[in-house]
Amino acid sequence: MSDHHKETFISKYVFSLDHKMIAKQFLITGMFMGIIGMLMSIMFRLQLSNPGESFAVLEWFLGSKWAPGGILDPNMYLSLVTMHGTILVFWVLTAGLTGTFANFLIPLQIGARDMASGFMNMLSYWFFFAATIILLCSLFVETGPASAGWTIYPPLSALPQAIPGSGLGQDLWLVSIALFIVSSLLGGLNYIVTILNLRTKGMSMSRLPLTMWAILITAILGVLSFPVLLAAALLLIFDRSFGTSFYLSDIIIGGEALHHTGGSPVLFEHLFWFLGHPEVYIILLPSLGIVSEVMSVNTRKPIFGYKAMVGAMLAIAFLSFIVWGHHMFITGMDPFLGSVFTFTTLLIAIPSAVKVFNYLATLWKGSIRFTPAMLFTIGFVSTFITGGLTGLILGDSALDINVHDTYFVVGHFHIVMGLSAIYGMFSGVYHWFPKMYGRMMNKKLGYLHFWVTFIAAYGVFFPMHFLGLAGLPRRYYTNSAFPMFDNLTDINSIITFFAIVGGLVQLVFVFNFFYSIFKGTKASENPWESNTLEWTTPVERIHGNWPGEIPTVHRWPYDYSKPGADKDFVMQTEPLKEGKTEH
Amino acid sequence: MSTSKNNTSKQLLWIAMAGIFMFFAGLTSAVIVRSAEHGWDSIDMPIWFWYSTAAIILSSLLLIIAKWQVKKGNSPSIYVLGALALGLFFGYCQVKGWDQLTAMGMYFVGEGSNPSSSFLYVITFAHLVHVIGGLVALIITSVKSLQSKYTKDNYLGIELVSIYWHFLDVLWVYLFVFLLYSVK
Ligand code: HEM
Ligand SMILES: [Cu+2]
Repeated sequence: MSDHHKETFISKYVFSLDHKMIAKQFLITGMFMGIIGMLMSIMFRLQLSNPGESFAVLEWFLGSKWAPGGILDPNMYLSLVTMHGTILVFWVLTAGLTGTFANFLIPLQIGARDMASGFMNMLSYWFFFAATIILLCSLFVETGPASAGWTIYPPLSALPQAIPGSGLGQDLWLVSIALFIVSSLLGGLNYIVTILNLRTKGMSMSRLPLTMWAILITAILGVLSFPVLLAAALLLIFDRSFGTSFYLSDIIIGGEALHHTGGSPVLFEHLFWFLGHPEVYIILLPSLGIVSEVMSVNTRKPIFGYKAMVGAMLAIAFLSFIVWGHHMFITGMDPFLGSVFTFTTLLIAIPSAVKVFNYLATLWKGSIRFTPAMLFTIGFVSTFITGGLTGLILGDSALDINVHDTYFVVGHFHIVMGLSAIYGMFSGVYHWFPKMYGRMMNKKLGYLHFWVTFIAAYGVFFPMHFLGLAGLPRRYYTNSAFPMFDNLTDINSIITFFAIVGGLVQLVFVFNFFYSIFKGTKASENPWESNTLEWTTPVERIHGNWPGEIPTVHRWPYDYSKPGADKDFVMQTEPLKEGKTEH
Repeated sequence: MSTSKNNTSKQLLWIAMAGIFMFFAGLTSAVIVRSAEHGWDSIDMPIWFWYSTAAIILSSLLLIIAKWQVKKGNSPSIYVLGALALGLFFGYCQVKGWDQLTAMGMYFVGEGSNPSSSFLYVITFAHLVHVIGGLVALIITSVKSLQSKYTKDNYLGIELVSIYWHFLDVLWVYLFVFLLYSVK
């Protein structure tokens, strides 16, 4: 392709230094893990709606050891829940999402030939890859994969003898997550310095597309919060493997007292959630950026309140470091401290509301082009609102005590984080696919994908709020052991039904994706008539991105339907007219 | 071009240091949370940790002089080597400090260990791991300096290594003072 140096298959597709290829590696790995994580959720959903019943598929997937006679083994149930959470939170929505769009979009949207350090970038992917392999290996160990939940609370995670999943599976989980942290730190460092230093002429910070702001803030959050998780994991490893007592205290197993004294499991929760809460915004922010961009392009309107959008993201990022206690209201926390965390938590509603307002104001009276990307963007706004509202209930310590660790929480975070982030990711894939592969994805299949996903996803997570209000705890293997939950079976069946439908329709997306790579209609340079720099690059994707000089930027990215302009979009590269000032 | 490359590498370093700082902030806040509860033994800080504190501060000072010298066009080698030697001595002191702790009956794990001693070991150990990284960088810088690779106009290597080393220095002083009061 490029003429200055020869490329082999290995240097082009495997150990690539090119940001566009690395982005695709992240995307494909993320999609692969996404499918596995989703399959797991369908498997444990079968158990939840039909406790103790036999399903041939379970035995087929898990073997006769973990699903004897097609009945899911309780330990495997815990493992599936844990791995599902881990994979979706870290592999799909952190690395898959940020890794894809940060790598792909940063150089293209700021006008750079590549990332500041292509090598670090490549390392970042390969650490991620190694983490992936180890996590996948842990699925096959004798005692099963980790099963202490994605939040790996001790003592389950700290005592190898606690349950089968606390053994080797948990060790591998910890090794894998350590590599994962290294990967995301390498990536994050690179994203930050690239955005700060390699912007093309004229690309001031206030002319950055909102995707860039979102990714910058995401990366800063990651660099500041992942090390704390590393510290928490380090202490956990010492407790597990060396016998220290950071998190463990006076435990008796099988009548025998362990030697651990004086540790505190709540300490782990503090450390974990100090990362954990910023982490949920690490997941959400890239989607906030993608959605802003896609929305502006497809409403043919400038994004409403650009500066407020940036300010809101900064505020959310800052606040996300001082709210972690809202995950710990029932740990015996001093009620006064609880009310402090309630206060800071509810403060987040303000910048969130600013964002929602601005999205709605951007949609208002837009000439909306309902592309699949735009539908997912609208879907995002919907789930961000419906999921955020339940956050207000959970953030209030007095209310949270009643629903903590029930399905209410599961409903809340899946809608506000899971669905919103994945909709943002889908939106981004549909939108930038032409830049990634030079072809268009099929629109009709995109519509099918969106509508079925949208309905099925609400079908899954909306009823969960009722389960939670009725007191149904999360992470329990079976509900049928408690007569008080007998009348909830129907709701559980509905949820499982929608989960299967929602799962199946993702195959449409996967098919559309791979089919379009090879057979999609050829894309033009700027198929969505968008303003940002990536759409000035040629359809053939080349090393260095622009064949000649990198273009100079003269205006912000949101000049859509500008009065007096001859088209309804004015690209960032177009100089201002004589005597005209910027927006 | 070269100044922008300088800026990029300095920025990379600063951001990485922010991350490292958060790692230690995590550990030290864990100490705060934990020490407020019962069963927290007090420990006398080993004298060797006082020596190491002096060593790392001195080595930092030498690196400041090294930068002055190279800016003036003189060879910084002797100062870089001095900093390296003191850095190695710092490592030695830490190990002696642990010896002293075990001699006092304060162990990392098992009988005779307590969360306070475990924390003391973990934090000093984690800091030493970062120091080892700094020592490797100092060795490379010393070699390059002896080969006269640094000039008045090109001393990025020395700048980067001093930034990181000063960071380790300040970090250690913070950890030391913090531990001095919290394991009392
Ligand atoms: C106004 C906004 C929000 C508030 C007030 C809020 C509040 C809360 C509270 C109090 C909990 C803990 C519930 C419990 O365990 O009892 C919680 C859980 C959670 N929230 Fe939110 N939230 C908000 C928005 C978000 C957003 C935007 C995300 C993600 C992007 C998110 C992700 C999560 C996750 C992942 C959990 C559950 C973690 C777990 O226990 O596994 N929340 N939220
Ligand atoms: Cu939270």
